[in-house]
Amino acid sequence: MNTQPRLVEVRKNVLKQNDVLARGLRERFLQSAVYVISLVSSPGAGKTTLLERILSTLREQGLQVAALVGDLATENDAARLARARVPVKQITTGTVCHLDAEMVERALASWQLDEFDFLFIENVGNLVCPSSYDLGENLRLVLLSVTEGEDKPLKYPTIFNTADLALLTKVDLATAVEFDLDQARSNIESVRPGMQVLEVSAKTGAGLAELGNFLLSKLPNRAAVATF
Amino acid sequence: MHELSIALSIVDECANEALSRGSTRVISVYLKLGELSGVVEEALRFSFNLACEGTALEGSRLLIEQVPVTVYCPSCEAERVLPSIQVFRCPICETLTPEVVRGRELEITAIEIEESNAAGNNTAGELQEVAR
Repeated sequence: MNTQPRLVEVRKNVLKQNDVLARGLRERFLQSAVYVISLVSSPGAGKTTLLERILSTLREQGLQVAALVGDLATENDAARLARARVPVKQITTGTVCHLDAEMVERALASWQLDEFDFLFIENVGNLVCPSSYDLGENLRLVLLSVTEGEDKPLKYPTIFNTADLALLTKVDLATAVEFDLDQARSNIESVRPGMQVLEVSAKTGAGLAELGNFLLSKLPNRAAVATF
Repeated sequence: MHELSIALSIVDECANEALSRGSTRVISVYLKLGELSGVVEEALRFSFNLACEGTALEGSRLLIEQVPVTVYCPSCEAERVLPSIQVFRCPICETLTPEVVRGRELEITAIEIEESNAAGNNTAGELQEVAR
């Protein structure tokens, strides 16, 4: 039998399947009029603590909020977020270091999305892998805690570049750990020019009103809701 | 380390592509890899070799074309290649520029497959292409 090598053009995006699912999710979010925010950061930057505060605050304002939370193994984060008395679902990824659109779609199967104003998706703590996966979210929040060092954006430019809003978290500790807020801002600006940066502390509540107002400004019918 | 799942997708995609053209062996895979794709080349190569085992891609070569980040500079009104992805600044006029034109690619551009002529069902066009 005679065999010949042959070169054939393919032109296929490797993550096409994820991108197609993400596009479908985005369309579904739009039709349900729910605004979807994902949170990415390294482990321990304070995603869950901050989210717990945001969820309670928005709920107290009469808004309907829900959260999906990704974690490798435990369901501790979901238990913590459930204290905010809003619908929460855990996505346990096993050994997978990021969420993808299919996991989000599966987790949302039993939820009526049009009941919600905001849906938050907390990604697995990881500054590398989540950057490749579109989850259909409207806004990607990247968190950088003051205990991490100002140069994180330069070390992980890709994740910062794919984000839409940056939060400097645990700012109540900034002085104690000699964190240079201006340097951090300048590093973020370098890898994602023009991205807004907010300083927050889930512990003292600093900056949370500003963050809340930022999120409210994203609601289509914002006139109906008071500002913080 | 999400490169293994990416490598598995590449292997799946290429094996299917080959099969749809009547081939059960892939010799090489040509991949475009953007600097902002979030994928590390070394980790991908390592994972690729594992992912190929026992498939139509066993023993295949992975040929990676690195794609640097190209931004659009509004001041120069031109596309510029960034020397470093840590600084989104036009290398000529130093204007900060967030507009990425290229550099997020993670794309299979082509595959080289082994094709059998024995079946005798090649179209004239395909035979010409093989001859070239």
